[in-house]
Amino acid sequence: MRHIIAVLLENEAGALSRVAGLFSARGYNIESLTVAPTDDPTLSRMTLVTTGHDDVVEQIKKQLNKLIDTVKLLDLSEGPHIEREMMLIKVRAERADREELKRLTEIFRAKIIDVTDTSYVIELTGASKKLDAFIDAVPEGLIVEVVRSGPTGIARGEKGLSV
Amino acid sequence: MTVTGAQTETVAPRRPDRRGVELSGAEIVVQALVDEGVEFVFGYPGGAVLHIYDALFREETVKHILVRHEQGATHAADGYARATGKCGVCLVTSGPGATNAVTGIATAFMDSIPMVILTGQVPTPVIGSDAFQEVDTVGITRPCVKHNFLVKDVRDLATTIRKAFYIATTGRPGPVVVDIPKDVTDPNIKIPYDEPGEITLRSYHPVIKGHPGQIRRAVDLLRQAKRPIFYTGGGVVLGDASEQLTELVRATGFPITSTLMGLGAFPMTDPQFIGMLGMHGTYEANMAMHETDVLIAIGARFDDRVTGKIEHFCPHAQIIHVDVDPSSISKTVKVHVPIVGQVGNVLAEMLKLYRQQVPAGTGTPLTDWWAQIAEWRARDCLAYDRNSAAIKPQFAVETLYKVTSGDLYLTSDVGQHQMFAAQFYPFDKPRRWINSGGLGTMGFGLPAAMGVQLAFPDAQVACISGEASILMCIQELATCLQYGLPLKIILLNNGYMGMVRQWQEFFYESRYSHSYVDALPDFVKLAESFGHVGMRVDRPADLEAAMNEAFAMRDRLVFMDVIVDPTENVYPMIAAGKGQHEMHLAPSHADRELA
Repeated sequence: MRHIIAVLLENEAGALSRVAGLFSARGYNIESLTVAPTDDPTLSRMTLVTTGHDDVVEQIKKQLNKLIDTVKLLDLSEGPHIEREMMLIKVRAERADREELKRLTEIFRAKIIDVTDTSYVIELTGASKKLDAFIDAVPEGLIVEVVRSGPTGIARGEKGLSV
Repeated sequence: MTVTGAQTETVAPRRPDRRGVELSGAEIVVQALVDEGVEFVFGYPGGAVLHIYDALFREETVKHILVRHEQGATHAADGYARATGKCGVCLVTSGPGATNAVTGIATAFMDSIPMVILTGQVPTPVIGSDAFQEVDTVGITRPCVKHNFLVKDVRDLATTIRKAFYIATTGRPGPVVVDIPKDVTDPNIKIPYDEPGEITLRSYHPVIKGHPGQIRRAVDLLRQAKRPIFYTGGGVVLGDASEQLTELVRATGFPITSTLMGLGAFPMTDPQFIGMLGMHGTYEANMAMHETDVLIAIGARFDDRVTGKIEHFCPHAQIIHVDVDPSSISKTVKVHVPIVGQVGNVLAEMLKLYRQQVPAGTGTPLTDWWAQIAEWRARDCLAYDRNSAAIKPQFAVETLYKVTSGDLYLTSDVGQHQMFAAQFYPFDKPRRWINSGGLGTMGFGLPAAMGVQLAFPDAQVACISGEASILMCIQELATCLQYGLPLKIILLNNGYMGMVRQWQEFFYESRYSHSYVDALPDFVKLAESFGHVGMRVDRPADLEAAMNEAFAMRDRLVFMDVIVDPTENVYPMIAAGKGQHEMHLAPSHADRELA
């Protein structure tokens, strides 16, 4: 099963490599991992997506908690939550394709953020599946480059993950 | 320098308060060690730690032990920690100093030994430039430490070292590396020293007490058990819970088995102890594990050498698991009653509750279960040929037990001799049996014994080894001479890497690929060349007298080259991937295959 886990980490040099190293050393799956400092500059928040049998995911959470730099951990998939991922996609946009791509951008409520005579850069935010759908919808052969942030997430409701 | 008993019996006295005094980084390092009550630092100097060594030069309360290789420093600190329960401390230089220490750090990590390793690093401005003797120590050690630090500012030094000791010694213990760039210890940059005081970390809260509800459930299972067994591990030793364990086991009257790492936590000569379990455990212990209905696992981690094939592990059992590390619980084997907490506390709570519910003398005697165990015991799975013309390694260990009256600190290297020692030397106290169980590091025994002997200068300390293992850290014989450490090295010399040879005999049709140790040195002359006493024994009849003679030399290191039967194997054996009930006994047993 797919799990999305949020981790508050001490914002120390090397904290990210401890998490990445843990996953490679123990052979856990890691689909994506994003990290950035929070409003409290001493803390980083990491969102990671992993898949595995329940026992394995349980072990992943215990091992993450065991890292000295881990302050708090929440498995967002255990409750109602919101996930968002951002994508920047560069497409070849010439002649008739320009209109088609613009329409597609509107349908997906994406934004064109860079334009040249022959290309667009489109920005799209949403659940990962929506991003997949957009990629599928772009006519064959027009994609030049895709950059995805990996999902980030937050639990619904008033409770927050904080120290 | 000879270290005398008086100096080591008590913790080094703290110096007068030096708060506010201007100290350099190097002086802060030394002061921090004094403040932690460190007796010994095992180390080897080099460029990046020269400022620290200069500060150590003037230090009297912390004694530096100069090893001959950084691996030796880590194992010596490790042996010291295992024997005393205190934190072992090492000091090594950058680059090769740090990489040489890695094997010892990983050894300590696998067995959860509290250690602080101070490593020198190139100066901060040149980090990352491939400077002379630069290596990414924090990166290299990351997977084999409990935690590590790179100190980039002298103002963080004292606090970081305090954190390192705190992390290393609390919760599930483990090694912590503190990497210190040379400029941070610059003798010309002084800051007012501020003793860091007590440390709390918002991201680290070791669990102390077990959950009362879970403890109640565990005791309910104890009461109902028909075929219970205690399975205890190194966690009982590390958690100093030997007394609580012994009381609970005696109160319940249940049989108990132990892992390699837990030997001695419960007296091995007690009739309730049914031997070590696992790959080379006793028939009775492994069969009892297979048949048990309530398994009480304490401070053990269900290692593959214990469980055998997981699918066949304790098929009938309700499992209780007590451990200080939540990630140990249900890692490989799903358990029914998990209890996270310090083993000593949990055992004490369990005992209290058990005594309330089962007043002394009212427990079920488990007659059928003990009768079954007696039947398994009667197979005498550790039997060996006592009439052999060659010295049997088992006989050598039994003789060692006899000569030392069971009062010994015994360190071990890795291989057949390690298993023979575990099977044939019954330890009645914890912290007496010191070996590398998790990582299985050859070369561990000799330097570990140095750490033990320094901690207990008046105790009998021996290292049991093989002719392959001993050569991996043989250089430490020089350290032993320098500090006058009167170790006894019992070398079971069979001319082979015995355990490798055994596996090749069993699983590779006796193709002894590179397991024969050709061109061995003359160990007697080798010992003598290092300034020690060498002895060779090759007849069973001479062994006891020779060992008596060796142990009578209280102030000399004696290296006993004991020539043993080259073809002896360790039995019983459960082949890797087999179940606990699928054991092989020695060929001399009529029913050697018990599957």
